[in-house]
Amino acid sequence: MAESASNVTRTDAIETDAIKTDAIKTDKLSLWYGNFQALFDVDLAIKQGIITSMIGPSGCGKSTFLRSINRINERLGYVRTRGKIEVLGHDIYGPEVEKVQVRKQVGMVFQRPNPLPLSIRDNVLFAYRLHDPQHRRKGKAALDEIVEKALRQVLLWDTVKDRLQRPAGLLSLEEQQKLCIARLIPVQPRVLLMDEPCSALDPAGTEAVEELIWELRGDYTILIVTHNMAQARRASEECIFMLMGKVVEHTDTAQMFVTPQHEETANYIEGRYG
Amino acid sequence: MEASAAGDFDRRNSSWYVDKVVQALVFIGGISGILCILGIFVFISKEGFGFIANTIDIKEFFTSPNWRPTSEENPTYGALALIAGTASVTGLAMVVAVPFSLGAAIYIGEFARGKTREVLKVLVEMLAAIPSVVWGFIGLSIMNPVIIDLFDVPVGLNVLNAGVILGLMAAPIMTTIAEDALKAVPDHYREAAEAMGATRWQVTFRVVLPAAKNGLVAAVLLGVGRGFGETMAVLMASGHSINMPDSIFDSVRALTATIAAELGETAVGSDHYQALFTLGIFLFAITFVINLAADLVLRGIRKEA
Repeated sequence: MAESASNVTRTDAIETDAIKTDAIKTDKLSLWYGNFQALFDVDLAIKQGIITSMIGPSGCGKSTFLRSINRINERLGYVRTRGKIEVLGHDIYGPEVEKVQVRKQVGMVFQRPNPLPLSIRDNVLFAYRLHDPQHRRKGKAALDEIVEKALRQVLLWDTVKDRLQRPAGLLSLEEQQKLCIARLIPVQPRVLLMDEPCSALDPAGTEAVEELIWELRGDYTILIVTHNMAQARRASEECIFMLMGKVVEHTDTAQMFVTPQHEETANYIEGRYG
Repeated sequence: MEASAAGDFDRRNSSWYVDKVVQALVFIGGISGILCILGIFVFISKEGFGFIANTIDIKEFFTSPNWRPTSEENPTYGALALIAGTASVTGLAMVVAVPFSLGAAIYIGEFARGKTREVLKVLVEMLAAIPSVVWGFIGLSIMNPVIIDLFDVPVGLNVLNAGVILGLMAAPIMTTIAEDALKAVPDHYREAAEAMGATRWQVTFRVVLPAAKNGLVAAVLLGVGRGFGETMAVLMASGHSINMPDSIFDSVRALTATIAAELGETAVGSDHYQALFTLGIFLFAITFVINLAADLVLRGIRKEA
């Protein structure tokens, strides 16, 4: 109930276009891997409820930026960050912030589909079980309903409904990637980070996953890193171009690909480098 | 010109000969392991099987606790007490070693970072290299009085002593193998779970341990195999008296220790001598089965991954 209500309000906000607040806002974000500086004073404001794509040549810092937003970068241990990242108005590097709660709000889809070595059903319920300590008291029926809803939303239900207990690793890459999106849905994150989600897929899989991402916009704020400029062009509403750890340009996708404001952007889009 | 160019294709330079020689050497190295195992098997079979076929009563061997090979009138060869001794000591050793080694492996593999982790790994490997006679010495001279004081029992050389010693002895090697199993779990599973908001323990318990299950079972099995085969430490710490153990404070005697202690005093080819070889065949069979099981379980993981 509560969930459908919040969906309505979020959708309304997008339709009225009046309050496109920022879902992610960074202020002079700099980041170092050891002594190597990967991000230089990045100021970005990513609007709620739309798809924003990030493009740029390899090593430009786009994945690094993405991976700072759910603090998964910190796994490496030798990462230092300066500046501020606000997600939904909260400073996620604040001293009282729990990483676990940040990651509940900010879901992530990786470059290579990475379903856990569990059954399809357990994959879908994994995050849900982490974040709902009461899940044991819920009946099987309630959990089944959650699984079905999530899998339907990623257009996977009909293909896997008869083999929910089978290992997720047996699915095709495209199905695995859809499953990796489906497992985020039960915890209702507000932001989805996608790190080249289609780069391991064949063209048909890419199309299917892109369509799915397009369907999800509005309900979620989606930030997608891609190598593929055509993908950025057809599958995002705003586009960010990064180069050498700095943001060069951030505008409407249509505008960026037709009338880029900076020479570097134009050169990159035309394929002169990168 | 053409002829000589074509001729070059079958030229054999020194690299070719080195390659052939190395192939031959490596082949000999590889095959010798198998030959040695077969040789050992043939040898102990030759010494023991005649006895199994002619003299021994198989039923007595497995069901009678009376091991009296030196009796003048009526020697009996019941190995039950020895089997019970080995089994009780190994069982207790596993009770000690499994929590220790799995805990250590999880800490080293999943929780410790940087220097701590490296230092711990080296220390564990050093522990694995302590000679078993040193462990036996610890059992004899340190654990013995401690057990007598602590539990107020007359003898400190018993199942408890040998089990704890053997457990501590087996734990390092089990830790190393278990940690390898944890390390074999692809990191992207951990990353995926962490990105969904799992804590370190949730990642370990819900993702890594189930994924490493086979390797962990293999680690425990190899520990059991080690326990069965260990001789010196058990000989020194168990009390070495033939007993069906009722409690952990009873002295026992292990299969291996019996062979080690008695073989030197028997006449080659005598019934007693052959009976010891029968024990050897039995031990060989058990450790072979355990190691084979561990190997099959380990293969299981590789197939899945």
